[in-house]
Amino acid sequence: MKNSFLITILLSSVAFTSCETNYTEIPADDTVLDGTVEGLSHEESARFLRGDEAFSKVFTRGTGLGPTYVSTSCVSCHTGDGKGHPSTILTRFGQIDETGNLFLNQGGPQLQNRSLPGYFPEQVPFGATFTKFTAPATTGLGFLEALSDADILAMADPNDMDGDGISGVPNWIDIPDFVIPSSNAISQNGKYIGRYGKKAAAHSLLHQTANAYNQDMGITSIFRPIDTYSHLEIDPEVATSTVNDVVFYLRTLKAPIQRNQNDAVVNQGAAIFNQINCTGCHKTELKTGNSPIAALSYKTFAPYTDLLLHDMGSGLDDNYTEGNAKTYEWKTPALWGLGLSGNSQGGNFFLMHDGRARSVEEAILMHGGEATASKINYQNLTQSDKAALLKFMKSL
Amino acid sequence: MKLKFLYILALLFSLNSYSQIDTSLLKRTPKDSTKQALNMDAVYNRPFLNIGKTPIAVGGYMEANWQRLSTDGVSEGHQFQARRLTIFMSSAISKRVKFLSEIEFEDGGKEIAIEFASVDVELHPLVNFRGGIIMNPIGAFNQNHDGPKWEFSDRPISATQMLPSTFSNVGAGLFGKKYSNNWMIGYEAYFSGNFDNSIIENEENKTFLPAAKNNAERFEEINSGLPLFTGKIAVRNSKIGELGLSYMGGVYNKYQDDGVIIDTKRRVDVFAIDFNTTLPKVKTFITGEWAWIKVDVPETYGQQFGNKQCGGFMDVVQPILKSTILGWENAVLNIACRMEYVDWNVGTFKETGGNIREDIWSVMPAVSFRPSSQTVFRLNYRFQKQTDILGNPPASTAGFNIGISTYF
Repeated sequence: MKNSFLITILLSSVAFTSCETNYTEIPADDTVLDGTVEGLSHEESARFLRGDEAFSKVFTRGTGLGPTYVSTSCVSCHTGDGKGHPSTILTRFGQIDETGNLFLNQGGPQLQNRSLPGYFPEQVPFGATFTKFTAPATTGLGFLEALSDADILAMADPNDMDGDGISGVPNWIDIPDFVIPSSNAISQNGKYIGRYGKKAAAHSLLHQTANAYNQDMGITSIFRPIDTYSHLEIDPEVATSTVNDVVFYLRTLKAPIQRNQNDAVVNQGAAIFNQINCTGCHKTELKTGNSPIAALSYKTFAPYTDLLLHDMGSGLDDNYTEGNAKTYEWKTPALWGLGLSGNSQGGNFFLMHDGRARSVEEAILMHGGEATASKINYQNLTQSDKAALLKFMKSL
Repeated sequence: MKLKFLYILALLFSLNSYSQIDTSLLKRTPKDSTKQALNMDAVYNRPFLNIGKTPIAVGGYMEANWQRLSTDGVSEGHQFQARRLTIFMSSAISKRVKFLSEIEFEDGGKEIAIEFASVDVELHPLVNFRGGIIMNPIGAFNQNHDGPKWEFSDRPISATQMLPSTFSNVGAGLFGKKYSNNWMIGYEAYFSGNFDNSIIENEENKTFLPAAKNNAERFEEINSGLPLFTGKIAVRNSKIGELGLSYMGGVYNKYQDDGVIIDTKRRVDVFAIDFNTTLPKVKTFITGEWAWIKVDVPETYGQQFGNKQCGGFMDVVQPILKSTILGWENAVLNIACRMEYVDWNVGTFKETGGNIREDIWSVMPAVSFRPSSQTVFRLNYRFQKQTDILGNPPASTAGFNIGISTYF
């Protein structure tokens, strides 16, 4: 009796555990930001994973961290590939107009506000203006990179010819030697269109990634060999192949998937979004051009950005800028993934460039400048229309 | 001549091989490892084989298991794991001088460590000297961690990921015990090698005391030049159970170099409480420990590296069948459950006032079968939730583990 009891327990245990069941559920694709674009080859998927691993690598003194830095890994700021939290906010300083950064010889543009024991963290130099940036989400960036310059310029309206009060302009920036513009890139006076960063001051994902290794973590690469602490050229602390794998990872992270697409209130909100001309900047449909990654070529996507700079009014003027942008101009942030911001910001919303808006509505109400008309339109909506609009935005 | 030599050689070999299989040379001194003395007695409460009439005894234990876990629906598949092979060697050098050692091969030999190698000298029943490579007696698990004693293949998270389990250092100190009727009181106090900067400079991206275990130089050099003090006091009543209080602390960082002060002295302080008891009549065995850690982290660091941690575990083991099973006399079938929690970063964000998370909790029901007290077959199911520093949706991990652990 006892023996059969024991044998029954053992056999049922083995039977129970040997099945191929996953004991936890895979989160629905539209509830998480990480994951690959559809259609990657096996080799591309393997490279994506190598990039993912490098994105999560934590640097230490022994592997080149700092000695002054902002964070110890990419993923520390871009948790879950989503928007960053105020605890990992970074500071940029030293540039007040398009003539350039006056404090480059004093550590500008980025403050390395943390340091290893035995080193002082950097301080904002006396007289330098500064602003703070929370980390942006990293999803769907490959689609934005595969958008042609011509398509970006087609959305620009510097003289507001259509009279809607919105006059987006690209940020024309100098690009470093290691950034090779695509064959159909458009230049103006030797400058190229910036796409990444709050002020659109990085031209490509390689440009952005090499800067981030160097400025955020104090890691030199073949692309950015100058140590941010000593200001001397030193041997690369990260392999070129690793940087390229991270760039590939960022390129091939999927675009966020909208939730509740068949919900009537969400669709009503989408119509209101269009009606009050949020779409003047937050473009709902764009199409990629040719990409070396087949999965990104000629794809229609909905980033809710035009990648252009817009005057956002004095309330958002921090008296600091980058590239050719004015201090009151900001690149339209992509709204895709907005509703999942809480999943990377500890259940809260920290929106706008520095996380000052604690809700989507607060963010809307902070809009000024070219977005004033849309903000007033929002304020004039009925409560139910406002609720529908907010529900739509949180579905993104 | 050559032929004669070969004959002699063959004869010697045959005698030698006969002696190798002469079991009378190996005298087993069994110990019921499930019986609880004080946790500090664990190193003496192990089964050994005496080799003939030599003063040396050897023993050890091994642990291996199959495991299949998944995190958020993604599994690494089936895994067979050789967790550890540990070899004990002890010797009664003279009546009141003993040598004890423990060498551990983890993960199939990937990590090899001398966990314990000390000389114990009895000066008085209450005052014994111990010197060598000692196991810092913080909490109970570090003292009493032999796999066959536990109903779970995994060591407690708090013991491996917060307190460094099997954290040993070169050091020396005193220990002793006193018995009085049902009461037993014991103490240990050692100065030893210390932690180092790796506890706040590591790839775990958090304050992580176990990182110091990777510093092999700690067996010859103290990073700060100042010793770590570890002390424990434990009281046991044979009818109630055992309660232990322990402390470990010291300066961990290299605050001076070449006689020049380069940093402030930064301390790590660890407090732990542990207990165990067996409920009368139902024979339910309950054991657990809880620890608090305080680390002086430089102000120039981000809050990713917390200055306070806490965590612990509690195991409940209920024998449900004790009988002759499948021919094994006094075999025992247990059900058990482990509940555990660790918070690697206790505090609030300066920027938002929100709670800093970086925590984990886990529940692990289990069935174990002990054909003898020295061998255990275990079936464990783990369900755990791990939350990142910001408090984003936790990663869920669950899965099964079937393993064996036995003294030999």
